[in-house]
Amino acid sequence: METAFTPIASFGGGLAIGLGAVLLMLGLGRILGATGIMSGLILPEGRDEFAWRAAMVLGMILAPGLIFVATGTLPEIAVPVSPVMIVVGGVIVGLGASLGSGCTSGHGVCGLSRLSLRSIVAVPTFMATAAITVFIIRHVLGA
Amino acid sequence: MKLVYALFTGVVFGVGIALSGMMDPAKVLNFFDIAGSWDPSLAFVMGGALIVTALGYRLVWRRKAPLFGGRFQVPTSTTIDAKLIGGSALFGVGWGIAGFCPGAAIPALGTGRWEVVLFLIAVAGGIILRRVLTMPFRSEPAQ
Repeated sequence: METAFTPIASFGGGLAIGLGAVLLMLGLGRILGATGIMSGLILPEGRDEFAWRAAMVLGMILAPGLIFVATGTLPEIAVPVSPVMIVVGGVIVGLGASLGSGCTSGHGVCGLSRLSLRSIVAVPTFMATAAITVFIIRHVLGA
Repeated sequence: MKLVYALFTGVVFGVGIALSGMMDPAKVLNFFDIAGSWDPSLAFVMGGALIVTALGYRLVWRRKAPLFGGRFQVPTSTTIDAKLIGGSALFGVGWGIAGFCPGAAIPALGTGRWEVVLFLIAVAGGIILRRVLTMPFRSEPAQ
């Protein structure tokens, strides 16, 4: 399935993603890592640690609705993946990101921007395995 | 006030994710499908986010402490081990299968799609699985 090349919207969205990460560091002194935030909600380590994460997640969930209010269109997504593969992929994502201490936001955005050695190793690793996985699924298995 | 601020950072991040195309698995999978229906948009997301965080973090760290007190909590480990590489490699495989990563899926909840709920439940399962597998050890939280 083809998708439209959207360099301007993607770059603009990227600026806002970065701004969110900077604001979190400015206000609360934390790295914006989605897996870490999820872990802190599932396996909380105290009420205060739970509360800011819950507030942040609520804000994230509200975002598409606010875009709808502002522009009149809800951002559309397409999920060309079967439910079974969503579950398989999800479990591997949760396991891998917590073992590797980060995902696209934590290692990719926050880690690379501060030149963390661990992130400089982690990001090319997961980009490569994601590309290999997509290649195998689409061009070897032909799904 | 701290929670309102956290909610606001979540909105900024979530709007960025939604506008950038990161929360659309069709777009994410096409980014990795270089041999097929390649859509390079997401490179622009990373570019935009890194420009803002690389500059913004440095400005923020001129302060002695975050706005709401405490201290800046930035991971300092430089250990490259099997857990980092293996976990990151696994994360990429899951990302390539499902097309969602946690930071994209949380805002995508706001679109009301059931696939997103399914994915995040599976991620939570993976995070818990990791905790169960490494039970005897106390390890560092994910970024």
